[in-house]
Amino acid sequence: MSYTKPEFKTQYENFIGGAWVAPVDRNYFEAISPIDNRVMTKVAQSNKKDVNLAVEAAWKAFETWGKTSVAQRSEVLNNIADAMQKHLETLAIIESWDNGKAIRETINADLPLAIDHFRYFAGVIRSESGSVSDLDANTVSSEIHEPLGVVAQIIPWNFPLLMAAWKIAPAIAAGNCVVLKAAEQTPVSIMCLMEIIEAVVPDGVINIINGFGPEAGKPLALHPDIKKIGFTGETTTGKLIMQYASENIIPVTLELGGKSPNIFLESIMDADDAFFDKAIEGLVLFAFNQGEVCTCPSRALIQESIYEPFMARVLERVKAIKMGDPLDTTTMMGAQASQDQYEKILNYIEIGKSEGAELLIGGNAYNNATYPEGFYIEPTIFKGHNNMRIFQEEIFGPVLSVTTFKDEHEALEIANDTMYGLGAGVWTRDIHQMQTFTRSIEAGRIWANCYHLYPAHASFGGYKKSGIGRETHMMMLNNYRHTKNILMSFDKNALGFF
Amino acid sequence: MAVSRVDATEAAKKLIDRLREIHGTDLMFHQSGGCCDGSAPMCFELGDFMVGSRDIKVGNIHGCDFYMSPEQFEYMQHSHITIDVVAGRGSSFSIEIPLGVRFISISRLFTDDEYKNLDPLDME
Repeated sequence: MSYTKPEFKTQYENFIGGAWVAPVDRNYFEAISPIDNRVMTKVAQSNKKDVNLAVEAAWKAFETWGKTSVAQRSEVLNNIADAMQKHLETLAIIESWDNGKAIRETINADLPLAIDHFRYFAGVIRSESGSVSDLDANTVSSEIHEPLGVVAQIIPWNFPLLMAAWKIAPAIAAGNCVVLKAAEQTPVSIMCLMEIIEAVVPDGVINIINGFGPEAGKPLALHPDIKKIGFTGETTTGKLIMQYASENIIPVTLELGGKSPNIFLESIMDADDAFFDKAIEGLVLFAFNQGEVCTCPSRALIQESIYEPFMARVLERVKAIKMGDPLDTTTMMGAQASQDQYEKILNYIEIGKSEGAELLIGGNAYNNATYPEGFYIEPTIFKGHNNMRIFQEEIFGPVLSVTTFKDEHEALEIANDTMYGLGAGVWTRDIHQMQTFTRSIEAGRIWANCYHLYPAHASFGGYKKSGIGRETHMMMLNNYRHTKNILMSFDKNALGFF
Repeated sequence: MAVSRVDATEAAKKLIDRLREIHGTDLMFHQSGGCCDGSAPMCFELGDFMVGSRDIKVGNIHGCDFYMSPEQFEYMQHSHITIDVVAGRGSSFSIEIPLGVRFISISRLFTDDEYKNLDPLDME
């Protein structure tokens, strides 16, 4: 079946202090859908003045929210999840139209995961606690958690609603108020989400502004009243965020991408069974979300002894990837998120060809008959070697670079020969080999005999140049709060120094 | 004649001029890597981005120094980069984004002859 194009308002204001607030200078920019390269609506082009309003509204809300009981906070998070669940299909269609991704992914992955994230944090804050130590007979030390206050969050465009959920849920669960700037390529779905949840969110707890990085993101990151910055993006802006945070001496969490290896060891072909089929899909997951995933398994390392028969089966599966109307539930790959992204990916395909990599499949833009002006690219596989640029630079598109290895030693050497360390996949039937690989790869998330699973109760983050800090999992709460130590003495006697 | 590692198209030069006029200041570039808007050149007001002590200045385009991190340079040192402009929307702090255009890096491998005659790096 195919869904119809969603309806949008003619323009969306910022959401500040529980109200829809026009940008102070009344500037708007056009939001373009990558599905058809047409304007879908207009959103606020915010600047420093709007940032100031949002931060002020968030602090006002914090006076109450910061003292709200965990039971009440938990209820708000559950109410958000319930409202999203009720409107799941609507939000999924909007998300697909805003970002370009296929509806089968938004319905089955983006939205369910985002909803579960709110439920997860609603649950864990009810069951965790600080700690108390009896240091001696008369001294008790209590470790108490307190929220930071108002936090700034800048999110990317590849999973607009899911990344918003990853950032907002732990922050408000911990008792903070949020000022979030959405990505300029995908500024609409989050405003539609706020329309759906505004009735259940206390005023000012979640504030959303739209605008461009240099005009709105920068004043937000530099605002002296912000107590933390959470950012997902690329390395140069990551450095800039750290630099800005140093002005106010506040913590940052950074998620900056990767060039994740997906390693296939020869035992996967010991049988042509369900597990082998799963491994084939595991490689083809490079095309998930059109390759626009920080953890895209964009380098496949395949043991030499199985390369030919394995790749033959993989190519069959890649050939079967159905492109077309992203709102058709049978379409597997949608549009790249923006024109500059599209041009960049095509340039990398040219680099691959000129570097001498062997093109195994794809290698071209895809002409979508339904939406000829949209930004579509065929799933593409190159075979080459690890020092080629297509093996080292994050392409952020449906472009896989494949190479072979002789033995475990060589596989690990190639896997770790990258400036990034976000994700990795390992596929083997040998549990001892699995242990060697999972512990030897320098990355924050190792998928062992699986890939692209993102449960809320599993931490996510990078080694090396892939970032600082973790997201998801209840440990995330401590990224959004202080630890206060209260040292209580029950001793009536002086120390005796003076 | 020495071969430069990075050049700009006429469109990119015009955009640089326009940005210099809007911001009233000199500009610089830093090539980014990683997620989302990564693998793209970032344009900043000179001094806004703190250039790392190990960052490498790979050239100068139309009066703007062009830097990248040493890790990035390791893989890009065999490539010539042309900075061009496309319509589109980045999501970084690069200052051309509000104009609805985006600088992009188009690269190709150096020929063997070019590689022998490259501009020496400014390693200060």
